[in-house]
Amino acid sequence: MSPEKKLRVLIAKPGLDGHDRGARIIARGYRDAGFEVIYTGVHQTPEQIVTAAIQEDVDLVGLSCLSGAHRHLFTEVVKQLRENGAANVTVIGGGIIPPEDIPRLKKAGIREIFLPGTPLEKILAWTRKNVKPAK
Amino acid sequence: MFRQKTLNDVRQGMKQWLAEAGKLARGLPGKRRFSTVSDLEIDPLYTPENIRDLDFTGDIGYPGCYPFTRGCQTTGYRGKVWTFRMFSGLGSAEDTNRRWHQLLKEGETGLSTAFDFPTLMGYDSDSPKAAAEVGRCGVAIDTLADFEVLTDRIPLDKVTTSMTINPPASVLWAMYLVAAEKQGVSWDRVGGTIQNDMLKEFIAQKTFMCPPEPSIRLISDTIEFGTRHVPRWNTISISGYHIREAGSTAVQELAFTLADGIAYVQDVITRKKLDVDAFAPRLSFFFDSHMDFFEEIAKFRAARRMWAKIMRDRFQAKSPRAWWLRFHTQTAGCSLTHQQPYNNIVRTATEALAAVLGGTQSLHTNSFDEEFALPTEFAATIALRTQQVLAEETGVVNTIDPLAGSYFVEALTRQIEEEAWEYIQKIDEMGGMLAAIAGGFPQREIANAAYHFKRQVDNREKVQVGVNKYVAKEEAPIEFLKIDEKVEAAQVKRLRQVKRTRDNRRVTRSLRDLRAACRSDKNVMPGVIEAVRAYATEQEICDVYREVFGEYRDPGFY
Repeated sequence: MSPEKKLRVLIAKPGLDGHDRGARIIARGYRDAGFEVIYTGVHQTPEQIVTAAIQEDVDLVGLSCLSGAHRHLFTEVVKQLRENGAANVTVIGGGIIPPEDIPRLKKAGIREIFLPGTPLEKILAWTRKNVKPAK
Repeated sequence: MFRQKTLNDVRQGMKQWLAEAGKLARGLPGKRRFSTVSDLEIDPLYTPENIRDLDFTGDIGYPGCYPFTRGCQTTGYRGKVWTFRMFSGLGSAEDTNRRWHQLLKEGETGLSTAFDFPTLMGYDSDSPKAAAEVGRCGVAIDTLADFEVLTDRIPLDKVTTSMTINPPASVLWAMYLVAAEKQGVSWDRVGGTIQNDMLKEFIAQKTFMCPPEPSIRLISDTIEFGTRHVPRWNTISISGYHIREAGSTAVQELAFTLADGIAYVQDVITRKKLDVDAFAPRLSFFFDSHMDFFEEIAKFRAARRMWAKIMRDRFQAKSPRAWWLRFHTQTAGCSLTHQQPYNNIVRTATEALAAVLGGTQSLHTNSFDEEFALPTEFAATIALRTQQVLAEETGVVNTIDPLAGSYFVEALTRQIEEEAWEYIQKIDEMGGMLAAIAGGFPQREIANAAYHFKRQVDNREKVQVGVNKYVAKEEAPIEFLKIDEKVEAAQVKRLRQVKRTRDNRRVTRSLRDLRAACRSDKNVMPGVIEAVRAYATEQEICDVYREVFGEYRDPGFY
């Protein structure tokens, strides 16, 4: 990645669960790898996440959910990004997600799902390869 | 503990052994560092030299005697085996009541309630914030009507129940008390625990509602109310579990938990002017049991010794019961792996054994499928059976604190204690736990430890079987629990039904009285109980708290 154009990443915790260990580690991993990182903190509604993504002009949104509400919440974020003219923003997710939900999430527009135990380097490599500046 | 001659011999012997071991080690590639899961470095061998200045009576002693290193109960597990208490809640109140009866039939000896996220956060099932979360992560409770179903045919004078509930703890506790009353069980006969520990929420678990100061006030209200009216109830479970799960080390878990405990005790004394000996015996604790066997055992033993010193010396408690640190343990959810999930059964068994050797009063064992969803009945039964095998087949209950006197375990117990005191001193210097949280100190310490561990796993300094070593090419899918999506609609329907049929004027009146109590320094519990009796919803009551006390926002440290 060229130092003059840093990708901007929003790490977000949609819904009511407060399990933020994964989200915080991912945020830090991106930061240490030279990305610009914004972390929303817990308990965000999809609306709040979409607003933050647009205001902060990010290229990637990383969603983390461990409560089982991921299908509704992740899909809602993608939908609202599209409705607000931010369809170019890449959305990825992680958390306690049963394998059978993954195809449905991808179909809804979540580009990749990273399950527990994924090394940081793998997520970073995927990002460098797949995420282009949204604008 | 040892005579000078013994120590001289040990020193001599150690020299010889080190020379021999050094020779053997010379041919080995590189210098491997041996450390605990918290990255505490461990020596190759422990001897009397490591515990030479321990005093048997003062530092180790006898079960049931100060400083309680060997346990609070004089007769250990010979008198009473720990309580098998499985954290359980799913879907509707009916679903959970069914699971509870099943677990009791299988030999569970205490209940423990898992609520869904809307309930944990003080929102009703029809709130927009509850969408897709109802019954998903635990049982959905909106009003007393749900609670009556939850406790149907559960004898509340015989079974004790733990409720993992924090910001709305006063509300769910009030529901329990009213449900007991309706069963004809008076408050002096009900026993159980509400978690009710908000400081660790700001530090780690992040289930918060109001800011720290009013949150502490609500906790002191419940402690005061319990002390006066519900003498067998543990009105708080001061919890390290969530601190550890958020990524802390064992020392941080211990230190932050005890520092939280200090803050609560201080607040009750200052705000309520209660005698410390009157309320401290009902304080209870809750710890994690992680993968590093000896580190965990040492942590539990150090915890008891430290709390005894805190209560006796810092708060001048006179009653030995006020010096006790009684605790529940849960095996480490964060140690379970998504990969090769059946291995989790072994992890849980090892962690459970550490908790038992550390002298836990009560234990939850995780199910192997919890990296996917809430446990199936099949998986939950194996987890319960794990405890039963430990209690009834292995002989661990035969003698009390069997690892006492082990050079390693005693040295590690002391090391963990010393490092935890350093943290507590640092927090005292910051002005106590509330000030430390406001400055983000514990949050940052945990974030650093969590990130450090993740790096260690990623570069294989720490092994997770099936994750970074012995990885399977392909894995067969497992069956896991699915919550019926109809639960949400059915729950909303029952909530609307209750709202239609209750006496709404009584609800309004009770909420008005509660608001007034919140604004004054009166105890909120009588007001909450009256509102619950009138079938006010959980959110209606919590909205009063939010209105009067304001809402806390996550500062988002990482």
